[in-house]
Amino acid sequence: METFLSLLLLFLTAAVINNFVLINFVGICPFLGVSKKLSSAFGMGLAVTFVMTIAGFLSWTFTYYILRPDAPGTVWLFNAFGVEGVAPNLSILSYLVYIFVIAASVQFVEMYVKKFFPPLYKAFGVFLPLITTNCAILFACLEIMKRLQDPANLWGLTEAMVYSVGGGLGFTIAITIMAGIREELELNDIPKPFRGVGIALLTACILAMAFMGFSGVNAGLSKWLGL
Amino acid sequence: MNDQPTALERFWRGIIPENPTYRQVLGMCPTLAVTTNVQGAITMAAATTFVLVCANIMVSLLRKIIKPHLRILVFTLTIATFVTIADYFLQAFMPEMSAQLGPYIPLIIVNCIIISRCEVCASKQSLVPAIADGFGQGLGFLLGLCSIAVVRELLGSGTLMGYTVLSGDFWVNCGIMILPPGAFLTLGCLMAFFNWIGSKKQEN
Repeated sequence: METFLSLLLLFLTAAVINNFVLINFVGICPFLGVSKKLSSAFGMGLAVTFVMTIAGFLSWTFTYYILRPDAPGTVWLFNAFGVEGVAPNLSILSYLVYIFVIAASVQFVEMYVKKFFPPLYKAFGVFLPLITTNCAILFACLEIMKRLQDPANLWGLTEAMVYSVGGGLGFTIAITIMAGIREELELNDIPKPFRGVGIALLTACILAMAFMGFSGVNAGLSKWLGL
Repeated sequence: MNDQPTALERFWRGIIPENPTYRQVLGMCPTLAVTTNVQGAITMAAATTFVLVCANIMVSLLRKIIKPHLRILVFTLTIATFVTIADYFLQAFMPEMSAQLGPYIPLIIVNCIIISRCEVCASKQSLVPAIADGFGQGLGFLLGLCSIAVVRELLGSGTLMGYTVLSGDFWVNCGIMILPPGAFLTLGCLMAFFNWIGSKKQEN
């Protein structure tokens, strides 16, 4: 029960309290670029969640077994090749591996969706390949890497998965709210210099203020739940 | 290739007419995240410029070899290599700054400015315009970041580059400016201001 509650708290923290877009400022480009229509914004959010889950799984696996200092796979590899006098640490390759993992999972998702869900593929359109350069996904990978550096408080695969799904849903929540507001804004008479990105940023400012209301909720909740 | 801009044009365009922050609206994540103080903004812009110039050099030299359908992958892997170098350099020589910027240094890999410059300029032009383009865009990015950071640091903590500028009884720090909403607010207002100046210029 305690594990379940702490996972739930982690999920809420990733999705709402430390929202990826509005508190951590990652994934701003699609947040501003693809939030003009509600349906496409929701599709983008789902696609990002999907890719983030896969990339989170892969990056945890690679980091845990190969990339972190003294990882079992690296130790085995160094022993197999008889390397001595060097600490088994391949973390210098982390960024290259992550970007490769993200690009590969985007490709994989694209092929899978194209083959098995053609209507969904049409709905995603150009957004799927764009996800490769979405910083939200790399941010999730980096966070998982950070949590695997500290041996006292290691994240297991479950925590990593919960964190990436929560982060993806947080992105979906933020971009969907934003698109809903922007659809209404279309009808308003906005001063000329603010048209386009300017008013979108001011809207995001008010949304971020609303999300600031959640700050500290995680500490209070964990105290209340006795974790 | 004669219709491509020259090196000097590329350099100048990056600073004002195609400013990455205000005109192209690219690379918004670091623009919003690291502008709580001016030093952070300068370090971020310097790291981005380093990666941008190096990636432009590599891509420009390799432009005849890269296969078109693999180009994005080659761009990102080149960028990731240089970002690793920049990240380890900062960790070794500026540990405090590295801790402050945190994940936003590795996030330079997916900064759309760099990929778009590789695509638009470096994969089409020779070495000299590509380098000039890298420096021009980097300088434009620096100006964009600094304009936001100056406003946020001044209003949010009353300092500039770490020195106290505004203090005393009449001055109250607006804490919201260094929190996330302040970033959106400052960028939104500055963008409207520069749009307004641009439209005034066109009228005259």
